[in-house]
Amino acid sequence: MTSPIPILDIIVFLPAGGAVACLLLPRLARYLALVASVAELGFAFYMMVAFEPGQAGFQFVTRQSWIGNFGISWNLGVDGISLFLVAMTALLFPIAMFGPPIRGDQRSFMAWMLLLEAACMGTFLALDLFVFFVMFEITLVPGYFIIVGWGGARRSYAAMKFFIYTFAGSAFFFVAMLALVLLAAPFNGGHVTFDLITLARDAGHLSHTAQVLVFAGFAVAFAVKTPLVPFHSWLPDTYTEAPTSGSMVLAGILFKLGAYGFVRLCIFLLPRGAADLGPLLLTLAAVGIAYGALVTIMQKDLKRLVAYASIVDVAFIVLGFFAFSSQGVTGGVMEMVNHGLITGALFFLVGMVWERRGTLRFSELGGIQKSAPVLAAVFLAVILAAVGLPGLNGFVGEFLVLVGTFSTHAHWWAVVGATAVVTGAIYLFWAYQRVFQGPVRIAANTVRDITWRELGLLAPLLAGIVFLGVYPAPFLDRVTPSVAYLLHHVEAQAPNADVPRGSLDVKYAIPASQNVDLRASATSALARPGGGDKPEAAAGGGR
Amino acid sequence: MNATYAIVAFPLAGSILLLFGGRLIRQPFSGWLATFAAFASFGASVYVWASMLGRPASDRHADLGLFRWMPVADLHVNFGLYADQLSILWCLFSTGVGALITLYSIGYMKGDPGFSRFFFYLNLFLFSMVVLVLADNFLFTFLGWEGVGYCSYGLIGFWFDRDSAAVAAKKAFVTNRIGDFGFMIALFFMFEHFRSFNFSAVLFPLTAHHAVLAGTTATAIFLLLFLGAVGKSAQIPLYMWLPDAMEGPTPVSALIHAATMVTAGVYLVARAAPILHFSPDSQWIVASVGAGTAFLAATIACKQDDIKKVLAYSTISQIGYMMLAEGSGDYPAGIFHTVMHAFFKGLLFLAAGSVIHALHDEQDMKRMGGLFRYLRVTGVCFLFGFLALAAIPPFDGFWSKDQVLAAAWHKSPALWALGVAAAGLTAYYMSRQFMLVFTGQARWRDQAAEHGAAGHAAVGGSAAGHDALEPHEPPLTMLVPIVVLAFASLFGWLLNAPFGGLDFISRWLAPVFPATIAPAVHVATGTKWVIGAVAAGMAFLGLFFGLGAWRGGVVDRPALEPAFLEHGWYIDESIAVAVSGPLATAANAASFAVDAGWVDGLINGVARAAAQTGRQLRRLQTGYLRNYALGIGLGAAAILFYMTMRAGG
Amino acid sequence: MTVPSAWYLILAAVLFTIGATGLLVRRNVLVMFMCIELMLNAVNLTFVTFARLLNDIGGQSDVFFVLVVAAAEVVVGLAIIVAMFRRRAAATADDIHTLRG
Repeated sequence: MTSPIPILDIIVFLPAGGAVACLLLPRLARYLALVASVAELGFAFYMMVAFEPGQAGFQFVTRQSWIGNFGISWNLGVDGISLFLVAMTALLFPIAMFGPPIRGDQRSFMAWMLLLEAACMGTFLALDLFVFFVMFEITLVPGYFIIVGWGGARRSYAAMKFFIYTFAGSAFFFVAMLALVLLAAPFNGGHVTFDLITLARDAGHLSHTAQVLVFAGFAVAFAVKTPLVPFHSWLPDTYTEAPTSGSMVLAGILFKLGAYGFVRLCIFLLPRGAADLGPLLLTLAAVGIAYGALVTIMQKDLKRLVAYASIVDVAFIVLGFFAFSSQGVTGGVMEMVNHGLITGALFFLVGMVWERRGTLRFSELGGIQKSAPVLAAVFLAVILAAVGLPGLNGFVGEFLVLVGTFSTHAHWWAVVGATAVVTGAIYLFWAYQRVFQGPVRIAANTVRDITWRELGLLAPLLAGIVFLGVYPAPFLDRVTPSVAYLLHHVEAQAPNADVPRGSLDVKYAIPASQNVDLRASATSALARPGGGDKPEAAAGGGR
Repeated sequence: MNATYAIVAFPLAGSILLLFGGRLIRQPFSGWLATFAAFASFGASVYVWASMLGRPASDRHADLGLFRWMPVADLHVNFGLYADQLSILWCLFSTGVGALITLYSIGYMKGDPGFSRFFFYLNLFLFSMVVLVLADNFLFTFLGWEGVGYCSYGLIGFWFDRDSAAVAAKKAFVTNRIGDFGFMIALFFMFEHFRSFNFSAVLFPLTAHHAVLAGTTATAIFLLLFLGAVGKSAQIPLYMWLPDAMEGPTPVSALIHAATMVTAGVYLVARAAPILHFSPDSQWIVASVGAGTAFLAATIACKQDDIKKVLAYSTISQIGYMMLAEGSGDYPAGIFHTVMHAFFKGLLFLAAGSVIHALHDEQDMKRMGGLFRYLRVTGVCFLFGFLALAAIPPFDGFWSKDQVLAAAWHKSPALWALGVAAAGLTAYYMSRQFMLVFTGQARWRDQAAEHGAAGHAAVGGSAAGHDALEPHEPPLTMLVPIVVLAFASLFGWLLNAPFGGLDFISRWLAPVFPATIAPAVHVATGTKWVIGAVAAGMAFLGLFFGLGAWRGGVVDRPALEPAFLEHGWYIDESIAVAVSGPLATAANAASFAVDAGWVDGLINGVARAAAQTGRQLRRLQTGYLRNYALGIGLGAAAILFYMTMRAGG
Repeated sequence: MTVPSAWYLILAAVLFTIGATGLLVRRNVLVMFMCIELMLNAVNLTFVTFARLLNDIGGQSDVFFVLVVAAAEVVVGLAIIVAMFRRRAAATADDIHTLRG
C-alpha cells in the first residue's frame, strides 16, 4: 500500500533523467540508457512485489499541488489495472532499446526512447486528468522522431500521418476534458479540479446528454489511438515504417495508452455514457475483429501483416472492456499485457528476419526453417500464443474476453469475436508457412540462426508468455479487485449497463477516500461485498 | 490414484527435456528417452487401472486437483485431473499404442535431421492426449484438445521443406480450428447456464438426475461441442484434412489415426453423454453423421492409390461407426470399437510404414506388388490387420462392428443399412489394397527401369540400382510393435466378447453410463444372430469380390475405379471453390478496395483537401508590400467603420 | 490667438493620408520608408492634440514611446535598405517578393 520511497515518482522521472543524461554525455549514451532502463525495471519489479493484492484502490499514491489555481496536481497512483502495464512497459523498453541493431545516432535514439518510456509511465500512473493528457500527448513527440529518424523508406509520410491523425483525435480529448472539468466544478463546491477520483464522484451529477457527449469526446481520441476500425488506417503505415525497436514499443506499449484511456477515463469517469454508447463500441470491436482478419489475410509483407493483426487484437481489448463483466474487463486488461508481450516479440522476430534477408515480402522468402530452426521454433511459439493456444497467455485473455462478453447477453458479439480463432490461425500460419516452410527457392534464404544474445533478450518475453498462460492466477488476483470495483461504480451510476450479478462476486477492500460512490449512490455500492475499509483476503480461490 | 499425476507428468517431462536438450542428446537416445516416457505413462495408467480394480465399482473415480488457472469473480477454472473408468480406459490404449508407435519411430526416423524434434512432438502429443481425457473440466479438456491439434500441425508438417506437407499441416490446423470455434461457443453457453466448466457441476448432477436440462439448451451446447468433435474426428463435413495429413511421417499417421487425436471426438461425445441424453435431436444428428461418414468415406477409399490414403479414409469411415454407436445410445459398443480400431489401425499404419520404408518412400500402391515374398512378417501382420478391419470373424473388427450395427438397428434400420453397406465396402477396398501391395508382379522393379528409360540417369536403370532397391524387413524396433499389435488385433476382441461373461469393457463402463443417461439398448437375441450373420456375410462378400477382382496381378480396373471416387466425390474441390473463392474475393476487396481505397482514401482525402485549400489561399500572398499595406489599411478602415456604426447604433 | 484643435487634427489627417497614399503607390523603398515616418508623425500630432485638449499627460507620454520605436525602426530599417542596395542597385519594393506564396 505504501512504500518508504516515492516509487511512482521515481518510475516516471528516472527515464526522463536518463534521457537528459544521454544528451549531456553522448559518449556514454548507451551505457547510461542501459543503466536507466534496467534500474527502471528493478523499480517496477519492486513495485509489483510490494503491491498488495485484494486491494481495489490506488496504491503508492503521491500527490503534489502543481498548478493550484486550476486544481491541477501531480497525482500518481497504481491499481490492479495499471500495475502490469507498468511492469510490461519496464520490461519491453530495455529489450527494444538493446535488442535490434540501431543504425545512426545512438545518443538521440536512446534519449527519445527513454523520454517515451517516461511519458508512457506517466500516462499509466496519472491520477490527474491534466497529467494524463500532458503525458498522453508527450508520447507523440518521441514517437514521431523515432519513426522519422530511424524508419523505413516511407518514414516521413508515415510519421506525419501518425502524428496528425492521433493529434486530431486528441483535440476531441482536450475539449471533452475541459468540458468535463468545468461542468463538474459546481458539484465540488465550485472548485475546478482535475483529480480523477473527485471527477468520477462528481461526473454522475452531470446531465445525461453531457455525460454522453463528454464520453464521446474521450472515445474518439482513444478510438484513434487504440485504434478501432475505421480509425485504423494510420496503423499499418506507422508500424511498417517504424524501425524494429520503434515498432516494438509503439505496438507493444504506446497504443495500449488508448485502450487504457477507455477503461481509466471513459468507463471510470462516465459510466452512463459508457453504458449508452457501449453497444456502439462493442459493434466497432466486433467489426474490427472480422474486418481486420479479412484484411490481414491478404497482406503481402510480413511486417504489414503483423501490423494488421494488431487491429484484431486491440479490438478484443475493447470488446472485453465494454462487456461490463468482471471476466470481460479483466480479460481486456490481460489482453493489453498479452499483446504487448506477443507483438513486442513478434516485431523483434520480424526485425531479425529483416536483418538477415533485407526483405519481408512473402514472395521473396520461404524455407528459412531449414537453416534457422531455432528462430523458426521461437517464431512459431509466439504465433501460437497469438492464435490463442491454451497454455499460452493469448488464450487466457481471449477466452476471458469472449466468455465475459457472452455472459452479458451480448451473444452475437462474442460469436463474431470467436471467429478470430479460425481466421487468426489462417493468416498467421499461412504467413509462417510462406516465410519459414517450403523448399529454399532463393539461395539468400539460407540465413544465420538466432544468436544467443537475441535469444537471451527474447527469453523474458517468452517466459512471460508461458507463465501467464499456465499460471495467470497471481495476475488475475491483482487485477480482479480493481475491475470489480470499477464495475460496482458502473452499476451504481448506470442502471442500464447490465453488469452480470455473478461477475461482481469478488471480495476486495477500498479506502474510503477512494470510494467514489459514497455520495453518488450509497446504497448499491456499499451493500455489495467489499464495501468495507478493512482489508480482506484475495479473491476467493478454489471452488 | 495419485499415480494419475504420473500419467501426465512423464510425457510432459519427456517433451520438456527434448525441447531444451534435444540438440545435446544424440540421435537414438532422444528416441529412447521419449519411448521411456511413453511406456512409463502407460505403466502409470496400468497401475491406476489396477488400483481401481481393487475398489468397488461405485468408487472407481477420483478428482485430483492441481492449481488454479483462471479465477475471475464467479469463474473458477482449475487445472485438475479426473480419473474414472472412461478416462483410464482411454489412457490405457492411448498410451499403450502410443508407446509402441514411439518405439517404432526410433527405427523409422533413423537418420532424419529432425530426429529429436520428432520425439519432442510425439511426447507432447501424448501429454496433450492424456490431458484431454484426464481433465476434470471442459476448459482443461480444451487445452488438451488444442494441444493435440498443435502437435498434429507440427507432425504433419514435419518435413516442412515440402510445400505439400506445409500446406497439409496448415489445412489440418485450420479445419480443426473450425471445430474448436464450435467447442468454444459451447463453453460460453455452458458457462452461461451452469456458471462452471467442471464435470462435477455440469455433468454429474445430470447423470444422477439431480438436475434436468431444457431440450434447446442441451441441443445448443451439445451440437456446438459436436462441431468440435466433428473437426477433431474428421467427420462430415470437416473430414478433408485427414487424407491430406498423410504428408506426415508414417508413425504420425498411426499416432493420429489410431490411438489418439481422432478418437478425441469419440471421447468428447461419450463424456458429454449426460447432455446428449437431454437432446434427442442431437442423438439423431450424431448417429446420422456417423453413418453417413462411414459410408461416404468407404466409397472414396475404394479408389485411392496411395497406400496411406486408403487407410486414412478407412479411419474416417471407422470413426463414423463409433459415432453411429454413440448416437444410437450404446456408448460401450462405440468405445469397444475405438479400442479395437486403435489396435488394428495402428497395426495397419505401422505395417504400411514398414512397406514404405522397404520401398524407399514409395507410397503408390500401383507401383508396389509382390511384396509378400520379401516382407513375410510384415505381410502376415498386415493380413491380420486387414482381416480385423474388414470385420472377418473372428478378428477384432467383427465383434466390435457387430455390436455397433446392433445398436444402429435398434436406432433405425436405415442407419443400420448404411453401416452394413459400408462394412461390405470396407472388406472390398482392404482386399484390393492387400492384393495390390503384397501379390502380383513386383512393379517397383519396372518402375525403377522406367525411370532409367525415361532418362533419369541419376536413379539409374542398372542392375546395381535394382539390388539397392531390394526390399527387406525393418529393424527390430519397428518389427516388435507390429507383432504386438498383430496379436492384439487377433485377440483383443476377448475384452468385450458377447458371450461367456467376457464383456469386460461393457461392465467396466457401466457406472459411467448408468441407465439414467443411457437407457439399455435391447436387441432380441434372435435378431442379434441375424445382424451378426448379415454383417459377416457382407464382409465375406466384399472380401471375395475384392480378392476376385484384383487377383492375378491386375493393376487397373477402370470400371471399379471411377474418377469421381478418386477425387472424393469432388467434395473437397467444391468446398474449395465455394468457400475459398468468395473468401479470397472478400478478403481482396476488403484489403485493397475498402481498406486502401475507402478507409485510408478518406483520411488521405482529408489531407489532400487541406493541402488544396492551402494551395488556393497562398495566392493571396503576392509578396508585394503594397498589397499587404492595402490589406492593413482596408482592415483598419473596416474595423473603424464597424465601431463607428456600433457607437452610433 | 489660439489655433482650434480641429486644425491640428485636419493637418494630421492630411499628413496621414499623404503618407498612406505614398506607401501604396511608390515603389522606391526609401520613399516608402519616409511615408511611414510621415504616418507615424501624423499620429503623434493627433496624440499631442488630444493630450492638450483633454488635459491628459498620457497622450504626450505615448508620443515618446512612438518616437523611440520609430527611431529604433529607422536604425533597423535603414540598415536593411543599405544592405539591399548593396546587393542590387536601384531596387524597388516590388523586386523583393520572395515571400510570395
